[in-house]
Amino acid sequence: MTQPGPRGAALDGNAMAGDLREIFAVDVTAARFMCAGCTHTDAVATLVVWHQSPGLVARCPNCSDVVLRVVRAPDRVYLDLRGSVRLEVPLEGS
Amino acid sequence: MARTAVSGRLIWRAATVAAAHWETPTARTLVLDVPDWPGHLPGQHVDVRLTAEDGYRAQRSYSIASAWPHPEGKVELTVQRLDDGEVSPYLTDTVEAGDQIELRGPVGGWFVWRDKQPAPVLLIGGGSGVVPLMAMVRARSMAGTKQPFRLIYSVRTPEDLLYADELRRRVRDDAGLDVHYVYTRKTPDNWPSPPKRIDVAALNTYGWPPDFAPDCFVCGPTTFVETAADILVALGHDPRRIRTERFGGTS
Repeated sequence: MTQPGPRGAALDGNAMAGDLREIFAVDVTAARFMCAGCTHTDAVATLVVWHQSPGLVARCPNCSDVVLRVVRAPDRVYLDLRGSVRLEVPLEGS
Repeated sequence: MARTAVSGRLIWRAATVAAAHWETPTARTLVLDVPDWPGHLPGQHVDVRLTAEDGYRAQRSYSIASAWPHPEGKVELTVQRLDDGEVSPYLTDTVEAGDQIELRGPVGGWFVWRDKQPAPVLLIGGGSGVVPLMAMVRARSMAGTKQPFRLIYSVRTPEDLLYADELRRRVRDDAGLDVHYVYTRKTPDNWPSPPKRIDVAALNTYGWPPDFAPDCFVCGPTTFVETAADILVALGHDPRRIRTERFGGTS
């Protein structure tokens, strides 16, 4: 969140909350990712998001590798997580 | 084959516009009736979806401006018109009381303030980035909690100020709330400084000292958010206490 994002990116991971909440039972924007490229870790909300495409492309704010992709088709959602080593999801009430 | 592996956990619902009023010549607040609204935390947003007659759909996120509980059980969105926008001109200029819009939410669990957080709070908003911060100011008042709040609100001109009257009233009535304005294009008459962008001096003078370990919320256009967050870190604020939300565009 403290690194300047690449120019042209309009949004951040906060904007993915609705699309992710359609798939997951918990809010994923508050989860922490670990970037497969540089091992940077922070909240999914801090990812740099491009949305001028058929889906959402979320890049690491530290190294700009793609961490997460969400593509919506009329009847399904494709979730590509190959850029994330893991997601650490806080549970309600903990 | 099973019909669906992924059932819609969050559904789109029809909200009815109960009332609408202009905040500025280009920003309008929609007061919505949302059946079975589960309540929300300040800072959360909703996704709004419009469907054209030919089936084309456009979807955008809008921060919730109101706190919950709301005295009339309504949910308020404040929408800034972007002249080249696909969705916002419809919401500011076309939609009227009685109309329905599709929305999904509340969503987002990171850029939120909870009234149990004991730390002082520093809110930094650029343009319509003040909307979710206003929800936090309203929620604090609703909860009757005492965390000191400071809002630094950067806006182009005095005419662009959202919630100007309410903020003036709250600074008077809500103990522990301070607001400082930064004007980037045109200042009010007799303003002590010329127009300027948010800078180190503004955040140093009108923010909390890093020693107070405030929770910082920064929302606005991408460049604004990055500038403000960088200044906070340079001033010694803990990056883990800085939460940001960018909504694109340039200031």
